[in-house]
Amino acid sequence: MMSYAVEVDGLRVARGGREVVHDLTFSVPRGSVVGLLGPSGCGKTTLMRSVVGVQIVASGTVTVLGHPAGSRQLRRRVGYATQNPAVYADLSVRENLRYFASVLGAPRGDADRVIEEVGLGGARDRVAANLSGGQLHRASLAIALLGAPELLVLDEPTVGLDPVLRGELWGLFHELAARGTTLLVSSHVMDEAARCERLLLMREGELLADDTPDALRTRTGAQDLEEAFLHIIQGHEVAA
Amino acid sequence: MSLTITLATTRRILAQLRHDRRTLGLLIGVPSLLMILLRYVMDRPQAFDRYGPILLGVFPFIVMFIVTSIGTLRERTSGTLERLMTMPLGKLDLLVGYALAFGVTALVQAGVVGVIALTWLGLDLQGPVWTLFLVTLLDALLGMALGLFASAFARTEFQAVQFMPAFVLPQVLLAGLFVPRGQMSAVLQWVADVMPLAYAVEAMRELTWHRSVTGTLARDVAVISGCALLALVLGAATLRRRTD
Repeated sequence: MMSYAVEVDGLRVARGGREVVHDLTFSVPRGSVVGLLGPSGCGKTTLMRSVVGVQIVASGTVTVLGHPAGSRQLRRRVGYATQNPAVYADLSVRENLRYFASVLGAPRGDADRVIEEVGLGGARDRVAANLSGGQLHRASLAIALLGAPELLVLDEPTVGLDPVLRGELWGLFHELAARGTTLLVSSHVMDEAARCERLLLMREGELLADDTPDALRTRTGAQDLEEAFLHIIQGHEVAA
Repeated sequence: MSLTITLATTRRILAQLRHDRRTLGLLIGVPSLLMILLRYVMDRPQAFDRYGPILLGVFPFIVMFIVTSIGTLRERTSGTLERLMTMPLGKLDLLVGYALAFGVTALVQAGVVGVIALTWLGLDLQGPVWTLFLVTLLDALLGMALGLFASAFARTEFQAVQFMPAFVLPQVLLAGLFVPRGQMSAVLQWVADVMPLAYAVEAMRELTWHRSVTGTLARDVAVISGCALLALVLGAATLRRRTD
C-alpha cells in the first residue's frame, strides 16, 4: 500500500491571467490529519480544488490515491466540502443527503449515519434555507462524509461553529483518521492548527512550511504556533 | 449513464418544486390566467382560435426556459454542480434527470391550461389531444435545453432572467404573433425559418385547425425535436468537470 494519499509535484495554477499557486510540491501521508493554513486569498481553496480535480491547472501533477486528481476511479473515494456550503437550500437536510447518497451509490442508512456524525439529528427534517450558518456548514460537511471516502478535503469546515461543536468535529476528524481516512483540512484559526498531525503553511501562493506542529515550534523557538508562523513569514521575507 | 442516478436527480428536482409551493402555483396559474385574459381580450371565438394556439406553444417554452436557466445557474453558483461533478454522476444523468422532471411539470401545466382552453374558453381543437401533449412536451424540453445553455452565460440571476426576453420575444414576434409570417420581408422570413419556437407555434396551429396529423405538423415535430436535442448537446458542453 502506498504511504501517501496525495502527492503534489510542481503544481502551478493561473487564474484570470495571474499565477496564484507557484510551484508547490508536498505529500500528504495516508491516515493523517493535515492542516492547510494561511490567510484568506493565499491559494488554499485553489490548492484544494486542484486536489479534488475541479481546478484547471497550468502545470505540475497531482496524484490522489495513486491516480491523477479528478480521475473517474476517484469519484467515490474522495469527499469534498467547499467553503460555501454546497447544499440545495430548498430541500431538507435529509433530502439533501439522500440525494447525494444515491448519486454516490452509498449504502442505505448512510444518510442518517452522517447526519448523526455531524450532530444534525435534531434538524434533519428542516429545510436547509432555514438552518443557521453553522448548521448549513455541517450539512455540507455531512455530504462529504457519505460513502466513507478514503480522502476528505475540507475547506474551512468549522467556520461559524461554537467551541464545543468545533471540538466535537475535530474529535470526529481524528476518529476518521484512526480508521484510516486521510484528511486535508484548511483553516485560518491557529488553535485548530495544533490539532493537526502535519501543517502546510501557505502565503501568497507559496508553501512556506510543511512540518509537524512540534517541529515548527522547535525550529522557530516559539511558544505557540501563531508566533512560529510569524517567525517563518518574517524569515521568508528577509530571504526574499 | 446510470438509471438510478438519473431518477434520483428527477426526484430531487421534483422535491425542490414541491417545497416551493408558490413557484408551483405560478407555473400552473400564470399560463391559465393569461389564456383566460386572452380569450376575453379577443372577445371573438374566431380570433381566440387564431391566437390561443400561439400561447399554448409559447408558455411551456418560456416557463421551462426561466425555471431551468435560474435552476442551473443556482446549481452553478451554490457549488452543488461542482460537488456533483466530483461524484460519479454523468452529464447525461443530470440532463435527463432535469428533462424528466420538467417534462412531467410541463405536462401537468399543459393539462390544466389545455382543459381550461378547450372547455371553459371554447378553443376548438380539431386534431387528436395526444398531439397537443406531444408538442407541449417537446416545446418544454426545447425551452429547458436552451435555458440550460443560456445559464452558462449568466453570472447572476439578474442576467439570467433577462436572457428570457432576449431568447423568447424575438422568436414570438417572428413566429407571427402580430404580423403573419407571409407578410414579413424576405430577410425576416429567412430568420424566422431558423427560429425553433416558430415551429412550435406552427405545430400548435396545425393541430388545433386540422383533424388529422398533417405533413406540416410532422415536419414541425421533427424540427422541434432536432432543435431540442441540439440545444441539449450545447447545454451539456457547458457542464464542465474542471473550471478556472
